[in-house]
This record gives sequence, structure tokens and C-alpha cells, in this order.
Amino acid sequence: MIEAVPAATLFRPNLAMRRLKGAVFVLCGVTSISVGLATLTLLLADVLQRGLGWLDWQFLTSFDSRFAAQAGIKAALYGTAMMMVFTMLVALPLGVMAGVYLEEYAPESRLKHLIQVNIANLAGVPSIIYGLLGLAVFVRGMGLGRSVLAGSFTMALLVLPVIVVTTQEAIRAVPGSIRDASYALGATRFQTVWHHVLPYAFPGILTGNILAASRAIGETAPLITIGALTFVPFVPESPLDRFTVLPILIFNWTSKPQAEFHDLAAAAIIVLLGVLLTLNASAIILRRRLRRRF
Amino acid sequence: MNPSIADRYPKRRSLGHNRARDAREWLIHGILLLAASLGILVTAGIILSLARETVAFFRQVSLVEYLTGTEWTPLFATRKFGIWPLVTATALTSGIALVVAVPLGLTAAVYLSEFASPRARDVLKPALEVLAGVPTVVYGYFALITVTPFLQRFIPGLSTFNALSAGLVMGIMILPLVTSLSEDAMAAVPDSLREGAYGLGATRFEVALQVVFPAALSGIVAAVILSLSRAVGETMIVAIAAGQNPTLTLDPRVPIETMTAYIVQVSLGDTPYGSLGYLTIFAVGTTLFLLTFVMNAFSFWFVRRFREVYE
Repeated sequence: MIEAVPAATLFRPNLAMRRLKGAVFVLCGVTSISVGLATLTLLLADVLQRGLGWLDWQFLTSFDSRFAAQAGIKAALYGTAMMMVFTMLVALPLGVMAGVYLEEYAPESRLKHLIQVNIANLAGVPSIIYGLLGLAVFVRGMGLGRSVLAGSFTMALLVLPVIVVTTQEAIRAVPGSIRDASYALGATRFQTVWHHVLPYAFPGILTGNILAASRAIGETAPLITIGALTFVPFVPESPLDRFTVLPILIFNWTSKPQAEFHDLAAAAIIVLLGVLLTLNASAIILRRRLRRRF
Repeated sequence: MNPSIADRYPKRRSLGHNRARDAREWLIHGILLLAASLGILVTAGIILSLARETVAFFRQVSLVEYLTGTEWTPLFATRKFGIWPLVTATALTSGIALVVAVPLGLTAAVYLSEFASPRARDVLKPALEVLAGVPTVVYGYFALITVTPFLQRFIPGLSTFNALSAGLVMGIMILPLVTSLSEDAMAAVPDSLREGAYGLGATRFEVALQVVFPAALSGIVAAVILSLSRAVGETMIVAIAAGQNPTLTLDPRVPIETMTAYIVQVSLGDTPYGSLGYLTIFAVGTTLFLLTFVMNAFSFWFVRRFREVYE
């Protein structure tokens, strides 16, 4: 037998308690984000405190040395700059062309789908695997040795998916009316792309390429795998010379037992983060200034 | 299937049939197609170069020993090729990273997506993403030079190289990935679901946890798996801070060696080209590639299979 129960006892709004749960959760959410940001702050504070004292002109213009007081990052700065230039010389045109093809040329087909799946998959391949590819193909297969060029080609393949995807996004954001107008005036596909789509997509493409460049500057693992040197007391003069880069130097100094070298590593990290910050900030500023409204 | 941009416009023919112009259009089309095919070519290159050296490796070492052995000493006089110490080390550091990143990341994502004001979100999200832009070698430095000495004050018996600090720092590294991918998944849940729940008298917390979170679950699971795959392939943090001792252990306080750290160790030494030591890094690389590939593919498949489709 079922007894009649007053409705009020079946459902208790208990609103205060339920709202309290929400308030507690907001606290948890803010705490979670704070943990991440606090770690970042701690990392920066630690690096600045250890490294700032070592950061002087002598540090920037000296080669690496067995003595901490004489060691500097000159070879790594040249190596990083050179590798960057060659990486982008390869990756930028190839990545942008691939992005243009996929968005403006490729009909909806199996081939397009296949390329798209491959690029998405490549973005998830660990960077050290690219190092093994570079070792087998560029260092050994093409006989480039452990040179700047071998490193640049490896890095170019690594950042290619980033450039392709951001180029595609930038092109997709160009309104169709621009294309309609161009085709209506009798322009060919390439004329439309070159004179109308690319200029509008330019800020987005530029941002994507700067992001790709900063990714390449910070990468270490693939270059260690292809055998970039850890101790380099010279400046690479041709793209076929051996080389080192800032992250490898940081890795090398961090791995040494002496505490002075850890401070040197901190100083090199300040330089590396400074370069990355400048690049990313310029990407944001450029995008703001060049953005057009439709 | 939506027609692509290309499908909406005329093919390569120019008006008035200008032959030179048509030829130029064809040529450019061909060059662009070649550039795009590079995506397939690179994948093929990775698979072929890994496969070639891996096959050479397994001509000299039995697959059974590789897959069942519990000792990894390929550079010693008595060489043993059991992959398990490297696999457990990788699982240990990645596991610790997930223990850090998943609770923090999911809480942060729910907060950003359902509670934070648009202004707070516009500040907090990019700030969190700065963490993703820090080079991994810097995290490695941080784990070894800052985090380990700090933890040693509380945990007796913690070695200079250990899985714990490497894993913790790796957790912070993948935190923005977990957060932004799962926030995207929750942002894709249509507002009509939220409005329905509010209409029934639910509080904001109940809407977030009992409506939005379950509706976005497929995307959240995919985000976690992608982050795990990133942790498994991460190299510099573990190479610097976790050590180079391939030991079969799940003790987070002692030095270990992950798959990626082993590849770094061999690359730094002067192992002659074509020697068995040289071939081992490709065998380990293939194992790593297959592991991450399976995880990435599973995550894509999972989203497709279990996505809630509205409308």
C-alpha cells in the first residue's frame, strides 16, 4: 500500500547547499589555473635569479668553454639563426603552397582527404621521430652529414603541419564574395589566389609562420638525434658545417655537475625565452595591425 | 560532404582561351599539388626509414626477446634487448604527468567554459597557453635544478634523477593541452541543452557537471588521450631529469630511462653507423611511433564514434 506523501518532502530545493557547491567549484577552477600560472612564475623567477648575473656582453660574444667564467653562447646564436633561416626558406613556401592547394585547388576527393589525414597525423608524431627520419634520410641518405642543412631540413618537416594548417585557416577566413568578384571579372584561379585571396590571408599566414619558427627555435630532441654538436668552439661558415643551437647548449650545461654551468644554462634560457617572447609578441602585434575587417 | 572552395568555381580554363595563360595555370596547379603531396611523402619517409633499420635490427635480435625481456643493456658487454624497462619508465613518467594534468586541466576547462566571465576567459586562456610555448629543454632544466632539490627536502631517498619530478613538470607542460582541448569540446555543446537544464531549475554547477560535461565526454576523453600521447613522446624533460638507468621499476624516486631518453643517450655517444647500437634507436623509435600512432588514431576514432550529435 502506498501512503500519500506531501510533495514538499519529496523535493527539497536546498538551494543554499547547491549554490555553495558551485562556489566551491569556482574556487577549485581558479586554483587549478593558478597552479599552472604559479609554476610558470616560479620557473621564470628561478631562471632570472640564477642567470641574470651571468648575462653580459662577454657571455653573448664568447664561445663555449670548459671554464664557466669564459663560456658564452656565440656559436649557438649563429647556429640558431642560420638554422632558422634555412628552415623557413624550405618550410614557408612548401607549407603555404600545400595550404593553398588544399583550400583553393583541391576538389573534395579521396586524395584531398588522404593528404589532410596525413598532415593531421604528422602533427601528432613525437619530435624525436623526426630526428630519426632526418638521421636516416638527410644525414645518411643524402650525405649531408651532421650539418646545418640536415638540421634545417629536419626542422622544416617538423613545422610543416603547423604552417599548412594555419595557412588553411587563414584562407578559409577570406570571404567568398572576394572570390566571386574576382572570378566574375574573368580572373583565373591563380590570379584570384595571388591578387585577392593571399593578400587578405596574409596576416594569418604570417602569424602561423612566426609560430612555426618559434616552435623550431625551441626544439632540441630532433637535433640531438641527427647529431648536432654539444661543444662547438667555432661559428658555422657554410650550411654544410657542423653546428649547435641554443637549446642544445642549455641541455649540455644543465647536464654538467658544476653549479656554475647551471647558472650559465639559466642565462642562456633567458636569451632563448627573450627571443621567443619577441617573436610571439610581434606575431600578435602584426596580426592586430594588419587585420582587415570585412 | 560539403563542397570545398575549389568545387564552387570554374576549373583552370581562362576566358577567351588564352593558351599561354592556361598552360601557366596547369603548371602552377601541378606545383601546388606536389607541395601538398609532401604530407604523404613525409609519412611514407618516416615509416620507410624506421622500418628499414628496424628490420635490420630484428635480423640480429629475436622479436620474442625484445618483447618479453626485462633487461635492457644493449651498450654493455653482455647485451640484453628487453624493451620492458624502457616501456615501464615511459608509462611511469607519463602516468604521473596525467595524474597532475587531468584533474587540474579538466577543472580549469569546466571553469573557463561554464563559469568564467568572457573577460576573465580572454585573460586566463592565453596566459595558460604561454605554458605550452615554453621549450621543453627549459622544463627539463626546471625539473632537475629546481623541483628535484625542493622535493628532496620532503622525500628521503629521492635521487638526483627520478621519475617523480620529471613526471610532475611534464604534467604542468601538458596542462594547457588538456585544458584547451576539453574546453573546445565543452564549448561545442549547444546552448539549448544548458537552457533546458536551467529551465528545470538546475544550478550552474549542476548544468556544468551533469549536462555539459557528459555531453562533451567523447571530446574530453580524446583530449586526455592526445595529451597522454604527447607525454609519451616527450623527450627533453625525461632525458634531463629522469636519468639514464634502464631499470624495471615503478618506484618514482629512483633513476630510470624512458624510450625517448634512450634515443638521446645513444645519439649523444659516438655509436658507429650501422652498428647494433645504432639500429637499437630505430627499433625503439618504431615502438614509440607505433604507440603514439595507436593513441592518436584511437582518439580520432573515439570522437567520431561516441560524439553526441545534436540537431
